[in-house]
Amino acid sequence: MRRLSLLTAAAFVALGLASASAAEPDKILNASYDVSRELFVAVNKAFVEAHQKAGGQAIKIDQSHAGSSKQARAILEGLKADVVTFNQFTDVQTLADKGFVAADWQKKFPNDASPYYSLPVFLVRAGNPKGIKDWNDLVRDDVKIVLPNPKTSGNARYSYLAATAYAKEAFGNDDAKVEAFVKKLLSNVPVFDTGGRAATTTFVEREVGDVLLTFEAETSGIRKEFGADKFDVVVPSVSLLADFPVAVVEKVTEKRGSTKIATDYLNFLYTPEGQTILAENGNRVRDPAVAEKFADKFPKVRLVTVDEVFGGWAAVNKQQFGADGVLDRLLAGS
Amino acid sequence: MKGGAGGRRLVLAIVLVLTLFVVIAPVSVVLVEGLSRGVGAFFGALGEEDTLAAIRLSIVTALVVVPINTLFGIAAAWSIAKFTFPGRKLLLSVIELPFSVSPIVAGIAYLFVYGGQGLLGPFLEEHDIKIMFALPGIILASTFVTAPFVARELIPLMQLQGNDDEEAAATLGARGFQIFRRVTLPNIRWGLVYGIILCNARVLGEFGAVSIVSGTIRGETNTLPLQIELLYHDYNTAGAFAAASVLTLVALLTLAAKVALEAKVGRGQAGR
Amino acid sequence: MKDGGRVLPGLRLSLGLTLFYAGLIICLPLAMLIIVGARLGPAEYWAVVSSPRAVASYRVTLLSAFAATAFNAVYGFLLAWALVRYEFPGRRLLDAIVDLPFALPTAVAGIALSGLFAKNGWFGAPLGAIGIKVAYTPLGIAIAMAFTSLPFVVRTLQPVLEELDGAIEEAAATLGARPLQIFRRVVLPVVVPALLAGVSLAFARSLGEFGAVIFIAGNQPFVSEITALVAYIRVEEYDYPAAAAIATVMLATAFVLLVAINALQAYARRHEALR
Repeated sequence: MRRLSLLTAAAFVALGLASASAAEPDKILNASYDVSRELFVAVNKAFVEAHQKAGGQAIKIDQSHAGSSKQARAILEGLKADVVTFNQFTDVQTLADKGFVAADWQKKFPNDASPYYSLPVFLVRAGNPKGIKDWNDLVRDDVKIVLPNPKTSGNARYSYLAATAYAKEAFGNDDAKVEAFVKKLLSNVPVFDTGGRAATTTFVEREVGDVLLTFEAETSGIRKEFGADKFDVVVPSVSLLADFPVAVVEKVTEKRGSTKIATDYLNFLYTPEGQTILAENGNRVRDPAVAEKFADKFPKVRLVTVDEVFGGWAAVNKQQFGADGVLDRLLAGS
Repeated sequence: MKGGAGGRRLVLAIVLVLTLFVVIAPVSVVLVEGLSRGVGAFFGALGEEDTLAAIRLSIVTALVVVPINTLFGIAAAWSIAKFTFPGRKLLLSVIELPFSVSPIVAGIAYLFVYGGQGLLGPFLEEHDIKIMFALPGIILASTFVTAPFVARELIPLMQLQGNDDEEAAATLGARGFQIFRRVTLPNIRWGLVYGIILCNARVLGEFGAVSIVSGTIRGETNTLPLQIELLYHDYNTAGAFAAASVLTLVALLTLAAKVALEAKVGRGQAGR
Repeated sequence: MKDGGRVLPGLRLSLGLTLFYAGLIICLPLAMLIIVGARLGPAEYWAVVSSPRAVASYRVTLLSAFAATAFNAVYGFLLAWALVRYEFPGRRLLDAIVDLPFALPTAVAGIALSGLFAKNGWFGAPLGAIGIKVAYTPLGIAIAMAFTSLPFVVRTLQPVLEELDGAIEEAAATLGARPLQIFRRVVLPVVVPALLAGVSLAFARSLGEFGAVIFIAGNQPFVSEITALVAYIRVEEYDYPAAAAIATVMLATAFVLLVAINALQAYARRHEALR
């Protein structure tokens, strides 16, 4: 009996060690935001082929999807991701602050390490029965909004900030009015799911709410999946530029010896092939030629940035999302 | 009460209708949805790489957890049923705790021990041992949740049978493991098998605790129940129900095994 | 039994193994949970566990579990009664089916129920037509809890009902007692301790249920959010102390219920022995 329990203990330790490290990694893990599931299935397939065509060894890209902030913290908790493809600078910055990614990660890849971008838009039910046109329709008493939890989902933070940006313009920076506006908007949200995809499910399959706030990319995915005749996309008068930053998690890759393949993987996103896949999945891309090709898919829209409206992510985090920040205050009341 | 045939019919009707609605309908809907797109599509959905990996992971987890908990269950039952010692009742309550604690609470508790910022986090990180968001974490959480299953089956059984046989064997000079193997085991055999079957079914189906410690890496750390949730959120309802059908079939097999065991035990007792 | 300790070998090995295992697998994690929760300090701990959203979740969880348990007390009793007292074709099958909710993974039960009660589901469609919404409401939570906790009531009642002597009831009937009277005066007093034990087990299980509930609950704060989910969301937000605080509330509730159940079962056994 005693021997048996020793054996079990040994097996346990061996299991732990076996999964810990391998000399030549034949797979890497991409920890991404929630609604990029289908996107990275397509990207990974193309990358694996391109990589082998270029003479590289066989490689498998594992995917993990959840709210962007949740992923950042899972990595801090020990999730061994080689690369992150997030939807928010702050979530990568959190990793940089703790030494998981390089301090100058924004310099490691073109466009501030952001190969593509999107924006929060509205998805409404077919024919737009509630006549939702712009942000100010979202505070109406008869409108129910579906939005993920801004505490866990980068997707929702953009929607939250975009609404704030609209209110700041509308009320000329009158903070009290801006907060009242956003508070009313949040109070119209019946469900806060933790990830963007769960919010989609709530809106689409559970038929909760009149409008789903999510990335433009997700709305095109939904229309592809459930039929373009079931939902309409409403692009508001102004929205917020949502950069999708990428980084190599060097603390992990250096231990695993996967820094090069991880870097190659992220660089692939900037190639014309990578950019085309991104655009096909509803994301706006940086490559001018590819962007031109998909121009008719993406309506022109006035985009403001976090830097312009809020003075950068550091300030946003402190004012809006920190402990006892504006968001906490507004949510507590709702 | 026995007299009223009308009352009897009424009670039976209520029971059968409620059972149809409450228990049978949910199970049927899984199988119907799972197979609604044809057998080909069903196996196609199951053959998907990540789903296969999830099935494998669930099986590996069960292969590790069930023996551990069987061993523990036997040891616990032996000490609690065959001896009296101070704190025996408390120990019994502790062992039963995982039954009534929410799996979510269990998952959170494990996070605090093995997570990066948990009790052992820094040590594990330093020695490059992965527990959270990897197989060991899934195994540990599943072990917690199913800890009482074997013990709970064995303790009443051993208590009922008393110590006379074992004591006689001991007086005749049999040693510890001999006594267990030759005297106790034949008596508790079917209870043990039943406990193992239940434990196995629960390991394969555990969701809440595992969802906290898994990290949900596709094809790597998704057990079958987590894969069902993932497919469900991937708009892949057919795949989700196909995967759910597999677990439903396992559940039905578990019940069949239980009925078979009961028949066996019943015959055994009648023969004695 | 008392002398067994001296004659039988293996106490040290089996108890040692049990204590080691129970310590490592059960006590250590739960102790950490309490420690992390305690780091908050009394004032903040209280603030977390008494926050409006947490309190709303207790209400939703308790009320749903209460409704589910009340339903199961009646349905479970009838089911156990039918299984013990009546001979009918399919009785053994029905007996086996009772365990289905035990054997079926909670996540599977969750998607099954949400499939059934969805707008276009087998039950959801007709119920929707008469204006009853189940999915994504507290009613849905109660149904998921009722499903998963049914076997507790039936399995606790069955042995007691089997022991119950039909002759006493018949004697009462011959003496002119009406069926309802017999039930109240003869059956109920004997069955109540077991019924209470089974019902508390079912209630405890309902309070902690997660997998089956989250698929059907809608998870709307203040309306259809259960306590387990609040704890889970705190984890997702990486607010660990708050998660621990809420988890300790659930843990304490579970423990109190467990102690109560054990006492009830001990009482039921004594009661039986006395007869």
